[in-house]
Amino acid sequence: MSLKTTMHDLKMKYKGKKMAPAINAFHTFLFTPDETTHSGSHVRGADDLKRTMNTVIMALVPVLLFSVFNAGYQHFSAINGFPENFSLMEHFLTWDNAWIGIIKILPLLAVSYGVGLIVEFIFAVIKGHEVEEGYLVTGILVPLIVPIDTPLWMLAVAVVFGVVIGKEVFGGTGMNILNPALTIRAFLFFAYPTWMSGDKVWVHEARERSEAILAGATNVDAISGETILGYLAQNNEAAMAAKYSLSDMFFGFIPGSVGETPTFLILLGGLFLIFSKIASWRIMLSAVLGSLVMGLMFNQVVEMGWVTETSKFYGLMNFDFWKHLIVGGLAFGIVYMATDPVTGAQTNRGKWFYGFFIGFLSVMIRVFNPAYPEGVFLAILLMNVFAPTIDHYVVRGNVNKRLKRLKNAVVIPKDSDSAAKELKAETV
Amino acid sequence: MALLTKKDANLILDPLTDNNPITIQVLGICSALAITAELEASIVMAISVIFVMGLGNVVISLMRDIIPSKIRIIVQLIVVATLVIIVDQVLKAYAYELSKTLGAFIGLIITNCIIMGRFEAFALANGPWKSFLDGIGNALGYGIILIIVGFFRELLGSGTLLGYPVLGDPIMKTGLYATGYENNGFMIIPPAALIVVGILIWVQRSRNPALIEEN
Repeated sequence: MSLKTTMHDLKMKYKGKKMAPAINAFHTFLFTPDETTHSGSHVRGADDLKRTMNTVIMALVPVLLFSVFNAGYQHFSAINGFPENFSLMEHFLTWDNAWIGIIKILPLLAVSYGVGLIVEFIFAVIKGHEVEEGYLVTGILVPLIVPIDTPLWMLAVAVVFGVVIGKEVFGGTGMNILNPALTIRAFLFFAYPTWMSGDKVWVHEARERSEAILAGATNVDAISGETILGYLAQNNEAAMAAKYSLSDMFFGFIPGSVGETPTFLILLGGLFLIFSKIASWRIMLSAVLGSLVMGLMFNQVVEMGWVTETSKFYGLMNFDFWKHLIVGGLAFGIVYMATDPVTGAQTNRGKWFYGFFIGFLSVMIRVFNPAYPEGVFLAILLMNVFAPTIDHYVVRGNVNKRLKRLKNAVVIPKDSDSAAKELKAETV
Repeated sequence: MALLTKKDANLILDPLTDNNPITIQVLGICSALAITAELEASIVMAISVIFVMGLGNVVISLMRDIIPSKIRIIVQLIVVATLVIIVDQVLKAYAYELSKTLGAFIGLIITNCIIMGRFEAFALANGPWKSFLDGIGNALGYGIILIIVGFFRELLGSGTLLGYPVLGDPIMKTGLYATGYENNGFMIIPPAALIVVGILIWVQRSRNPALIEEN
């Protein structure tokens, strides 16, 4: 008996019963549903929810693969020092690097999908609706936005929280106010701050090494894995520049959350999403603009001499405005998180405001709150909350504009020219 | 039922469940968010509110025929302020540390909407015995939610209950902490209380769909 007939038999057996959604979900995941429309002719687009989700996942695969190698690269570089003459094949795309990445990132991915889908299935069975594809993207985003050594049980707790509080209480996929992946990130950040920030979490085993040094071990190298924003928050731009070049930042050979570093690949993914019309170019462009504007303002403040090197904000304020885009999670957030069609603004004009403020606030939080050197997730969550308000005012504005036009509209009688002119003169 | 008739008993029991001041009427949220990080503070707050509401309702009920309607809010405020000051002084005298933790929130019992709400809605129209029961009932309903929220927030946030380390020592890594468990810092901050109260509201309403408001 083939799998297909087994699934079909199961589906028939459970039809109308409580477990039906779970069985149906497996069936449609593995096979194309064989239901056909019985009456009339219908034009159907192929871009259903499943297609949309798969496109985003495709845009994320290069980033995921890069992060697998980067995990090992950062780990071995922290032990042996960064290689002198970096060559991609020799130092980066090696089995050793990939192995570290696989044993660290694969479990994160498995826990994220496993726990998230279990919660989705439970809610589908309780509420009696079909399992929705909403978690497919969230599940791959989550491992990419957490530090590599995040304990798996913490991730599991956070995923349960994020899916239940971030999504299911609002009614499931498509009804959520907050981006579930970012809800998970925010929960982890506030619940377990020592695992989510600082200079010891971004590189595999950095924490163990620093503990060994504290305990008196001498055979361990003391290089920690501080992120670029971390260096800047400590006004230590010189040390950062000595360690990482601009191309390192752009191509992603820097420590950070698992998948946030490769700006180049994120850019390619973003272009792919724009050309496949899955994500809004308006949001991406306006978010980039917003961050540039805020960065320029900070640069200007330094230029004017209002902030000097003694200030604790100096390091981040003096950072060239465009470089904000290639460090930290800003690019990742803009391309994959801000453009979430459910939680973002829906109107075209609203998208400009929504995106602009995401970029603007991200850089602002980065600079002004060294406790949150990465403000992107907070900025996006905040704008998620404001997206319906923005849409409301955009729609109201349009209605008001048209009402005004209606008031000024003049009905000109056809037979009498002079009467029409008179009437027009009156209203003007 | 020698002590309480069924009607009287309902005055106490209703606010505990189907007419809970916090989860159903959504009143008194501020203090529920602010002081529930520790179970002990929640319990003391609950007792204080029971005292203030029970006595306050009786006093207002006794005076209900002589309070001119125009200045009744001021009279109510004076009654509740007097009672709150008594609570505050007692706490300062016998539990100084705790009164520091609770800080302004004991004083802010005055502004607790549940108290003013019950004065207005019940004590001004009913006799002292019924008012007393109503006050105790609503304060208990309030206190129960506070204690549930405080229990979960202290257990998950600090790993203690009433200050006793029930989950082991987080620094020496004993008990549950030996397995890699860590305290959840999110539960310490006030937004967590909002979420815990939200979950309580969700659980209660899904158990009893009659409570779901139409909108």
